[in-house]
Amino acid sequence: MIARTVLTLAVLTLQEALRRRVLRSLVVMTVVLLSLSAWGFYRLDSEFGTLTSGEARLAASTVLNLVMFGLSLIAALGTAFLAGPTLAGEIESGIALAVMTRPVRRSAVLLGKWLGLVAFGSGFVIVAGLGQLLIVRITVGYWPPQPATGLALLAAQTTVLLTLGLLLSTVISPMASGIVAVGLFGATWIAGVVGMVGEAFGNDGMAGVGTVSRMLLPTDGLWRGAMHAFQHPGLSQFPAFEDSPFLSMAPLTATYLAWAALWVAVVLGLSALAFQRRDL
Amino acid sequence: MSTDPTVLAEAAAPDAERLLADLPPTPAVWCSGLRKRYRKQTAVDDVSFTVGRGEVLGLLGPNGAGKTSVIKILLGLVRPDAGEVLLLGRPGTDPQARARVGYLPELFRYQPWLTAAEVLALHVRLAGAAVPAREQRESLALVGLTDRAGDRVGGFSKGMQQRLGLAVALVARPELVLLDEPTSALDPIGRADVRDLLLSLKERRVAVLLNSHLIGEVERVCDRVVILDKGRVAASGTLAELLGQRELRLRLDEVSAEAEARLAAAGQLTHSGDSYTVTLPADQSATMVPDLVAELVRLGVRVHAVEPARISLEERLLDILRAGTGGDR
Ligand SMILES: Nc1ncnc2c1ncn2[C@@H]1O[C@H](COP(=O)(O)OP(=O)(O)OP(=O)(O)O)[C@@H](O)[C@H]1O
Ligand SMILES: [Mg+2]
Repeated sequence: MIARTVLTLAVLTLQEALRRRVLRSLVVMTVVLLSLSAWGFYRLDSEFGTLTSGEARLAASTVLNLVMFGLSLIAALGTAFLAGPTLAGEIESGIALAVMTRPVRRSAVLLGKWLGLVAFGSGFVIVAGLGQLLIVRITVGYWPPQPATGLALLAAQTTVLLTLGLLLSTVISPMASGIVAVGLFGATWIAGVVGMVGEAFGNDGMAGVGTVSRMLLPTDGLWRGAMHAFQHPGLSQFPAFEDSPFLSMAPLTATYLAWAALWVAVVLGLSALAFQRRDL
Repeated sequence: MSTDPTVLAEAAAPDAERLLADLPPTPAVWCSGLRKRYRKQTAVDDVSFTVGRGEVLGLLGPNGAGKTSVIKILLGLVRPDAGEVLLLGRPGTDPQARARVGYLPELFRYQPWLTAAEVLALHVRLAGAAVPAREQRESLALVGLTDRAGDRVGGFSKGMQQRLGLAVALVARPELVLLDEPTSALDPIGRADVRDLLLSLKERRVAVLLNSHLIGEVERVCDRVVILDKGRVAASGTLAELLGQRELRLRLDEVSAEAEARLAAAGQLTHSGDSYTVTLPADQSATMVPDLVAELVRLGVRVHAVEPARISLEERLLDILRAGTGGDR
């Protein structure tokens, strides 16, 4: 009964994502980014033919992470602007009225929508990310050490953000929820960079900013884990690169992953609670 | 003494089942003491009523009376501050209570990226009903959307969306249908279609709660009406009860005692000079008036005028609402 509702709504949400204009803009942005990066990597290879292989790998790793950041940003924008309208927009327009008067639990509807969004966001990140990895492999011959882990972490980052978007959309308007979610995503990334700089200069206060923000919204922490999975393992031996925002020196701990999972569960639970109490 | 309680329970179970089956069917809607405030605005204030199985109940009242709020509370869309709801015998808080309920919202919008046929399929799935595709197509045909079944809802006109909404409300074989202004966007033919649809629902013993500002519509199809005003039930009852009994006004000459007795037998009689007024019972037969006149003529009465009188629901509604405002000030 509940499983059927969840599944039906997941399929419906996926269908919505595929049929709405969000997908088209997402595809256009991704294709633009991937072609730009293909061109960039091609130039990198031909211009810097004189580099030692170690230097070339460092360059490739850094640029790959930079492009992956672009991808995760696109995924964040796409899912945040999909997650908001899918709930708040439907409440505002009245689409929710007919659906919610079927023999369904509100929490099951929410869970179904979340599953659909997760499937869509993860699907996008994995397809586009894999495309990017292949581009790097073809142009400069670099293949990351843990591609599957990296892509999974990117998908997890997207999941965290869209869960936040879903919570926001149960309490504020659809557009605002998208904007706030992307804003928070950007803010934690910047806080993460601030934290790194703080660590590099031994400034505990600044380092604390990064740590705290990574706990409050796990997008940046997961992103750092993904970067670590993509970059060349030899890079950790160069302490000089420690303060680059597009390199990560340490892999994710299992504790942090568990925290991220708990975070998603709690935020989803809060959304369900807020949705349950809301008058439609 | 060793009476095993489980044995006793087993023996009692079939009895309990029979008892339940013998019980009269629970009403389609039962609600009691509903209240809802939006900040300072009291939208619904102590509303109670029932809709019997197969009954068509009209919900009337001016703008802002709380009609839509009541319907939303019944459906669990809005949480009441107080009060209880039973739908088809189940508490309104249980989602399963809505398994056989159809609803057309006042604000009707359906997924614009789906086709009309897909919207119906979605609702059938969510309702957990096994409605074959052929029957779903019939629902679309019922509201005149057969040609547009494969078109995206986003491209539909307002009236077409409302027609689709009617099909959605009816597709999962409901036993109770709640319609919030079902003809607000419809053309005159569409309105006539809805009237026929309501009558066919009544024939199939589907209970209907109809909220409409078109009183003619309500008067023609509803068994009973509830009139809301400022969130309260201002009046309720069957049409006959609300509209009062019919009257027959006559102008007569040469009325014998026998003729007067005959008039009094038809209903409560008052007369002044040559004008006689008979208040007829609500359940009078159709031939009653001509029978009465024929008999009066046979008794030698000279009949100058016979005038059946009945106030319309509209007049009665305006009376009730004006009395309500007058009393408040
Ligand atoms: N979401 C809401 N927020 C605040 N007030 C509301 C809300 N919904 C309804 N109200 C108030 O509740 C009262 C009843 O509104 P309701 O929509 O139930 O009226 P109605 O009888 O359906 O009117 P109409 O005939 O115009 O459709 C109104 O005073 C309205 O302002
Ligand atoms: Mg209304």
